[in-house]
Amino acid sequence: MYVAVKGGELAIDAAHAWLDDARRGDTSVAELSLAQIHEQLSLSVDRVMSEGSLYDPDLAALAIKQARGDMIEAIFLIRAYRTTLPRFGYSAAIETGDMACMRRISATFKDVPGGQVLGPTFDYTHRLLDFKLAAEGGAGSSGSNEPSSPTSGASPDRKPHITEFLNKDGLIEEAVTSNETPPDLTREPLELPANRALRLQNLTRGDEGFLLGMAYSTQRGYARNHAFVGELRIGTVDVEMDIPELGFTIDIGEITVTECETVNQFKGSKTEPPQFTRGYGLVFGQTERKAISMALVDRALRWKELGEDNVGAPAQDEEFVLSHSDNIQATGFLEHIKLPHYVDFQSELELVRSIRAEAQEYQMQEAVQ
Amino acid sequence: MSDYNFAYLDEQTKRMIRRALLKGIAIPGYQVPFASREMPMPYGWGTGGVQVSAACLTPDDTLKVIDQGADDTTNAVSIRKFFQKTAGMNVTDTTSEASIIQTRHRIPEQPMTVDQILVYQVPIPEPLRFLEPRETETRKMHALEEYGLMHVKLYEDIAQHGQIATAYAYPVKVEGRYVMDPSPIPRFDNPKMEMAAIQLFGAGREQRIYAIPPYTKVASLDFEDYPFEASKAGGECALCGADHTYLDEVIIDDDGGRMFVCSDTDFCESRRAAGHVGTQGAPIKEDAA
Repeated sequence: MYVAVKGGELAIDAAHAWLDDARRGDTSVAELSLAQIHEQLSLSVDRVMSEGSLYDPDLAALAIKQARGDMIEAIFLIRAYRTTLPRFGYSAAIETGDMACMRRISATFKDVPGGQVLGPTFDYTHRLLDFKLAAEGGAGSSGSNEPSSPTSGASPDRKPHITEFLNKDGLIEEAVTSNETPPDLTREPLELPANRALRLQNLTRGDEGFLLGMAYSTQRGYARNHAFVGELRIGTVDVEMDIPELGFTIDIGEITVTECETVNQFKGSKTEPPQFTRGYGLVFGQTERKAISMALVDRALRWKELGEDNVGAPAQDEEFVLSHSDNIQATGFLEHIKLPHYVDFQSELELVRSIRAEAQEYQMQEAVQ
Repeated sequence: MSDYNFAYLDEQTKRMIRRALLKGIAIPGYQVPFASREMPMPYGWGTGGVQVSAACLTPDDTLKVIDQGADDTTNAVSIRKFFQKTAGMNVTDTTSEASIIQTRHRIPEQPMTVDQILVYQVPIPEPLRFLEPRETETRKMHALEEYGLMHVKLYEDIAQHGQIATAYAYPVKVEGRYVMDPSPIPRFDNPKMEMAAIQLFGAGREQRIYAIPPYTKVASLDFEDYPFEASKAGGECALCGADHTYLDEVIIDDDGGRMFVCSDTDFCESRRAAGHVGTQGAPIKEDAA
């Protein structure tokens, strides 16, 4: 006699207990503290904050710990938490021109007012495993006792945006300023066509790998837009908020952001003279791969307003890019196929059997004739 | 649990969802965009259905959650626990006791009544999606009632396979206007959609809600000479002997031996409790879980 299997509930509880054990690993190894993750895996923390769309390094560190280092899982934890938070209001737009930069480079000019600042970059490291780091208790090369801060070493003097120098000669398109309230895709369903503000919002919380692939495809010829990094800057900016009860704006904290402005070639169109055009990327944390990718994809998506041809490249396709950039949506739908599908599969089985039976019958009739 | 609002979502969000639901009820079969929230379970796990249920639940409700027709599949267990934890809901396995039933891939065998709500979890709400991937295009097609593409697809199925080769998520036309995806229920369940209960559909990832009011005409698409057929595996349930229910095929030994059992576990159990016995079943005892 067959007894239908019960016990989904027990299995889930047991799986969760095992997951807890697996997360902790060997208990003879010291447990990770959130401070350790925050301080020593700071680029992971930055990615979780940017794609989780929540600037809180401590919560991001917690999510990384809880997710066993699985970045998308950590991002998901942050998103699911973020969505429950009440909104007190909206900050003023941040002023990246006033950024205290720890890194600021331009690939288009050898020297610029404010100077080139390399900052803490992997760019010119030789990717050789540093076995000294494997030695436990090593203080590392800097040996600093001070907790590192994104601003330590940041230069306080104001650095102008480099693309503005091109603008003086009218060689680059005007960046249109607008005080229009941008749409909020976490509060309204994404509707297409999207304006640039909405596209940028989608891209900045999009999956780093997806954007990297999209941006890379433009470089390899799928809607090539000849991007130069006009400026890449990383540093802290003040966040200001207008408090109605006070009647004035106060500084409520500072955040680290990465901003990339690309300078792209443009041959001109019927209405526009030949000039350089812009792509823009702005991402929470020190996340320059993503910020550059974002700028390239942003530029590729602007083909219509610039009067360029649609060459049918994926990166030009707004609906394609915006609908598939979110890794929480993507991973959910992808992984859901491991949930039970007995019923659908059963109906497919019946269908295949019935089609086969029909075909067989037909063949037999043919043979008889 | 006091950290979260009743049924997890805040009241503003519920209000937004309820507005979408009312619009959906007012325009049967029309997909209403709504600002779906990130939920504490992944997209694809029923976030749309969970949001719709959360917006409908009151403390007096009794909730039933099924997946593949069964109350004890892992994800049904998980969603039921979620509402027990965040809303302290009364839950039941019994179809007739529930005021709200959240389902994935099935409609209960027992006819539903006017005082019940059936909430479907929907992966891809757009019936035209696999014929036209662009949302901007499909919305236009619905607006213009331009469903020729779908009929061509069904015609091609017949030309190629001798029958319409869609076994689940079989498209329907609601009240003579909108072509609608009934969610991936087997086509066996399609005729049940003309029912007394309110049917609500939630697609979280795709940010769409749609609905069928009670006693609305729901016609499965077909041709005069190839009428729609609600198919299922032949034979009867090995446990309760029912020959009119949707059956799951279960492989029971290493030689691929198999048996067929009701996919609706509550229906099967109630039949066995009433004394029906299938070829491999035993009468169920009163206290059996």
